[in-house]
Formats: sequence, C-alpha cells, structure tokens
Amino acid sequence: MFTRTVASTLLRASARPAAFRAPAHALRASLSPWAPLSGLTPFQARLISDQTRTAIDKAVASAPVVLFMKGTPETPQCGFSRAAIQILGIQGVNPEKFAAFNVLEDPELREGIKEYSDWPTIPQLYVDGEFVGGCDILVSMHQGGDLAKMFEEKKVLVEGEAEAEKKE
Amino acid sequence: MNSNTPVEDTIRAKITAAFNPQTLEIYNDSHLHSHHKAMASSTSKETHFRLVITSDAFDSKMQPARHRMVYALLRDEMALEGGIHALQLRTLTPSEEERQQKKKDDEAKAKAEAKALRAEARAAQEAEAET
Repeated sequence: MFTRTVASTLLRASARPAAFRAPAHALRASLSPWAPLSGLTPFQARLISDQTRTAIDKAVASAPVVLFMKGTPETPQCGFSRAAIQILGIQGVNPEKFAAFNVLEDPELREGIKEYSDWPTIPQLYVDGEFVGGCDILVSMHQGGDLAKMFEEKKVLVEGEAEAEKKE
Repeated sequence: MNSNTPVEDTIRAKITAAFNPQTLEIYNDSHLHSHHKAMASSTSKETHFRLVITSDAFDSKMQPARHRMVYALLRDEMALEGGIHALQLRTLTPSEEERQQKKKDDEAKAKAEAKALRAEARAAQEAEAET
C-alpha cells in the first residue's frame, strides 16, 4: 500500500521559471508517440496555456505511474479517486515509481488535465507517459487481469510482490 | 408535460441516435452522492450517472477511445454548471457482452454444480453416520 505522500510538484515547478524556459515543443517531443491533442479542435487546443501544458508534461513524466486525483492517496476526496488508489495498492505498485497529483490543489491543473488528456473526469492514470484511462477502465482492467499484466511488463510493482501473492 | 428527468432523457436520446446500442442501461446514482461537498450548491437530481452501452460502434476501439466517444457526445451536458458531475461508463461490443454473459452463466453453473456436489457429499456422510 502507499505510505509515501507524493505532494504536487506542479506548484513547486511553477515557482521555478527556469523550468519553462525550454520551448514546449522540445519537451513534448520527448513524450511517447501517443498524441494527447489528437481529439481536440484547434480552438480547444488553444485554451490550455503553454505553461500549463509544460507543467503537465513534467507531471506526467515525473514517475512511471502517475495518477491525477482529487485529494491525496492518504485522504482521497472522491470515491472514484479512492477506488483508483485502492486498485494501485492491491496491484502492489511500488511507491517509489508512483506519483499522485491532487487536482483540487491547483485550479489550473484541474482544468488543464482534462484538456491535456481529452478526458473530462478525474481520476486519470498515466503509465510511462501514456494515458491509460479513468476509474472505470482501471476497474475493468483490474478485474480482467490486464492491469496486472501491464504493471508487470512495465516493472513498476514492488519486487517479490508477485511471489508473495502466490504463496498466500 | 415536462419530464422529471431531462438529463437522463437527453442521454438516452443522444446515445440511441449516435450508437444505435444493442443494450443501453442508464442508472441515476445522484442520490448516493447528494451529501458530497462538491454537490453542496447543486439542486439537480441528475448529477451522477452510470451507463452500460453495448454497440457495434465500439468495434475495434480501445476502451479509452470508446469512453471518449461518449464523453464527446455528452460534452455540453458535462460542461454545464450543475450538469453531469460524474459519468461511469461500461462500453462493450456485442461479442464482448455475449462473452461476459457466457462467463457469468458458466460461473453460476459451476457454483450450482459445486453446491449440488456438497449436498451429495453431506447426504452420503449422513447416510454413513446412520449405519
């Protein structure tokens, strides 16, 4: 389970102007081939500022497993975010490979992430920079075994966890 | 006469028109969430919905793409202040639904068989005890 608090680094990041000096497109190029803007019209794409986009790029890249949620892993502020955290805990995701961002702490992130992911609801899960889905997708992947398979392939689980489970 | 469930009606109309669904179940879970802090200023009785949609339109599409199709369709209803606050989705293709139904049936059957076996074993034990 998660014991480590992962505070929002987004706020801290925005306090450092140097973080935004690199052009946004250069940073975005380092992301996966998945294109977060694919479903957006040019008008919508313009709503999110370069600064917000860059900050979210950094957030998404901050750990192999990244969850945008309402509240913190210890005290989720929404049942869907709680369910997501519980599933990650049951799966045995390594806290050192995990970061959570509380969208309630930052209105810009809260609105920005919806547009960034072309996904109107929270929570949102990213693994290795790729959008995986929201709570319903997480639940169904968890039940169907796809989530365990993906986490294993991405090597983001606590080591020995799989064996420990087998012994039970 | 005005409908008491305008949002639900809109959801049904839009999804039926866009996806021609084989199955469409709409659950209004708003009453379960009326105490939430986020709902304090809302007077709407139609804020939280859970949908089960089975449609050919989802064929060869990954789950996130299917959900995005539904979200895009209901974009206005979700963006509206006091509109849809939460939308749980289960999006299946007809063959997936069939597979899941079969799995469910098989599980129920296996459970029933196990129960029958246990009853049989118990009966055998009791018969043995009597002799």
